Amino acid sequence: MSGGLWLRLLDGLLVTLQLTGYGAVLGLLFAFAAGLARLSRHRVVRGIAFAYTEGFRGLPALVVLFWLVFALPGLGFQLNPLFAGVLALSLNIGAYGAEVVRGAVLSVPAGQIEAATALNFTRWQRMRRVVLPQAVVAMVPPFGNLLIELLKATALVSLVYLQDLTFQGQIVRAATGNTAMTFFGLLVGYGVIALILTILMRLVERRAAASLGRAVRPGLLSGRTS
Amino acid sequence: MNFDWQTAWDSVPQLLQGLLIALQATALGYVLALVLGLAFALARRSHQAWLRLPVAFFVEFVRSTPLLVQLFFLFFVLPTVGLELSPMWTGAIGLGVHYATYTSEVYRSGIDGVPAGQWEAATALSLPRRRTWTRIILPQAIPRVVPALGNYAISMFKDTPQLTVITVAEMLSVVKALGSQNFQYLELITMAGLLYLVAALLIAWPVRIAERRYRKENA
Amino acid sequence: MTRADQITFDGVSKKFGENVVLDDLSFGVAAGERVTLIGPSGSGKTTILRMLMTLTEPDSGTITVDGDNLFQEMRNGTLVPAREQHLRSVRRKITMVFQQYNLFPNMRVLRNVTEAPVHVLGLSQDEAEARARELLEMVGLADKIDAHPAHLSGGQQQRVAIARALAIRPEVLLLDEVTSALDPELAAEVLDVLRDVAKSTSVTMLCVTHAMKFARDISDRVLMFNEGRIIESAPPAELFDAPQHERTQRFLRSLREES
Ligand SMILES: Nc1ncnc2c1ncn2[C@@H]1O[C@H](COP(=O)(O)OP(=O)(O)OP(=O)(O)O)[C@@H](O)[C@H]1O
Ligand SMILES: [Mg+2]
Repeated sequence: MSGGLWLRLLDGLLVTLQLTGYGAVLGLLFAFAAGLARLSRHRVVRGIAFAYTEGFRGLPALVVLFWLVFALPGLGFQLNPLFAGVLALSLNIGAYGAEVVRGAVLSVPAGQIEAATALNFTRWQRMRRVVLPQAVVAMVPPFGNLLIELLKATALVSLVYLQDLTFQGQIVRAATGNTAMTFFGLLVGYGVIALILTILMRLVERRAAASLGRAVRPGLLSGRTS
Repeated sequence: MNFDWQTAWDSVPQLLQGLLIALQATALGYVLALVLGLAFALARRSHQAWLRLPVAFFVEFVRSTPLLVQLFFLFFVLPTVGLELSPMWTGAIGLGVHYATYTSEVYRSGIDGVPAGQWEAATALSLPRRRTWTRIILPQAIPRVVPALGNYAISMFKDTPQLTVITVAEMLSVVKALGSQNFQYLELITMAGLLYLVAALLIAWPVRIAERRYRKENA
Repeated sequence: MTRADQITFDGVSKKFGENVVLDDLSFGVAAGERVTLIGPSGSGKTTILRMLMTLTEPDSGTITVDGDNLFQEMRNGTLVPAREQHLRSVRRKITMVFQQYNLFPNMRVLRNVTEAPVHVLGLSQDEAEARARELLEMVGLADKIDAHPAHLSGGQQQRVAIARALAIRPEVLLLDEVTSALDPELAAEVLDVLRDVAKSTSVTMLCVTHAMKFARDISDRVLMFNEGRIIESAPPAELFDAPQHERTQRFLRSLREES
């Protein structure tokens, strides 16, 4: 394999990492906005968030992506392809993340909120100073799983001609004719990135647990849960 | 806005045919995922390291890599080792194996949820290991994971558009075929999206009922 | 009930489903008074404290603190259900210590005590810390300032919770079985702290406890509850040594047998 092809793969890797990074940030935003909105006192706010989470958990990410790239121009909007990719991926992952946020907030014991009320915190202060800092700790492990899902989903952008790792892999396959090796190599590449992300999330998880004075789970890889 | 309702409406019969094929792939893949996932879960509980470790590695590897690339791999590599399968079967195997890595985790958590006392009781009755599994542990483990398993049916259905890359004539393939003739992608993709949404909600319905029932029983 | 009462319950009733928890209950507590609530499990003691803390709403009747109606406010000349802002204004004087401590696990000990003074009372960080150190000293935990709540014993956690409650300078302190989750020795530490509080401050105390010696030491009055009503009310010496009501006699006997 020539050096040029290796460089292509490197370029593709960068695009994949960009998509994962931006997608994670935007997805986190959607997750918190929708997850907290689902717990709002206002029916309309709850309704909108519910429609978003149910909708995007029923729409295939690839179809959303196709819609943003191929259908939206029909309405006169042309998105930057990278942005379209990030948006499609984060809308999808955000809908799942919203459930994580909602569940984690609800899992904070009622006694915590009552104690905060007894100290006369405002509603917002109860959320911001007591509930969220504890809920976030519970969010880290499921968010770690969603991050891997996001990484995997980035491969879809190769179907709308964004030059990510999978796209460049196809070029390498065409150039070398070695189909089995190329796709296997791609899988190993994604596996390694996933492994690194998993280890990073484990470190975050440890810090989060320590912030509540909890003992940390031993081992950086054992017992990943879905 | 220039949304052509006529085109949208006219495409529905062909889209529905694609949807039917997507559902077929989901059904085949899901059965495979349920069976294979249980096999993986049991293998990972095995006392034999030669079985446990490779299966664990395989499950973690498949679960952290894109289905899309796995589909390419199966589609192009299976024939080179003499396995000439139809696109539909290739797709079902791809979906089934990929999701078996998820269902195996679900089974595992269900098995772990059976109280240790049940194992001890089985030992006290000197039940053989196989009988302990089939008569005591699994009948308790599986009902409690039904809702979680059901959720993966929805996820799998949502992944069927990816089968377009291995020439399965599911809904997104129909969209592409029709679009290459009339270029009205806005109408076609929007209609397909709506159909996906409706179908996903229909699949989700029994799953939500099972979830609610389970929650009530455990309240 | 007299005009001077700081806290009044007037015809308060509460049902949970079919279960009548408070039945047309009326009583008052004077400013600075120490009142102990006793009674069998399920007789409604916790519900009363939770109502004062605005955590549970009555079905009917009125509860006032310093003349302010807790759950209703005047708006455009009519009495309407209180909104959050009104609730916050009445909560300013009251705080509660819980059976399960409920320390904030995301904050170390010192911040548990300074958080409300800084963010609710608007004290400066330095003022709040100085006061928190004093209070933690008083409850005997000056050396645990930087500890995580999760690393403290139950008794230590409860003493931090008491310091945290006192840090907002309450006029009314509600204590719901604050020692019943603790071993006797740890419970004694906590009760000693509360004796100190009773001695050194003028805070009004409503205290649900089955620690009779403690109740005798600190309270001005003991209320005996049964099925959502007060069936006997007297100074501790009287109520404990010469209970009038047959139900009270039976209840006290069961308490003594237990200890
Ligand atoms: N949120 C609730 N929902 C339903 N029932 C409740 C609720 N809170 C309290 N109850 C019921 O109200 C009754 C009175 O409860 P309360 O906690 O006030 O009793 P208590 O006197 O504090 O008893 P204990 O000594 O056991 O703490 C009990 O029967 C209890 O089951
Ligand atoms: Mg109680």
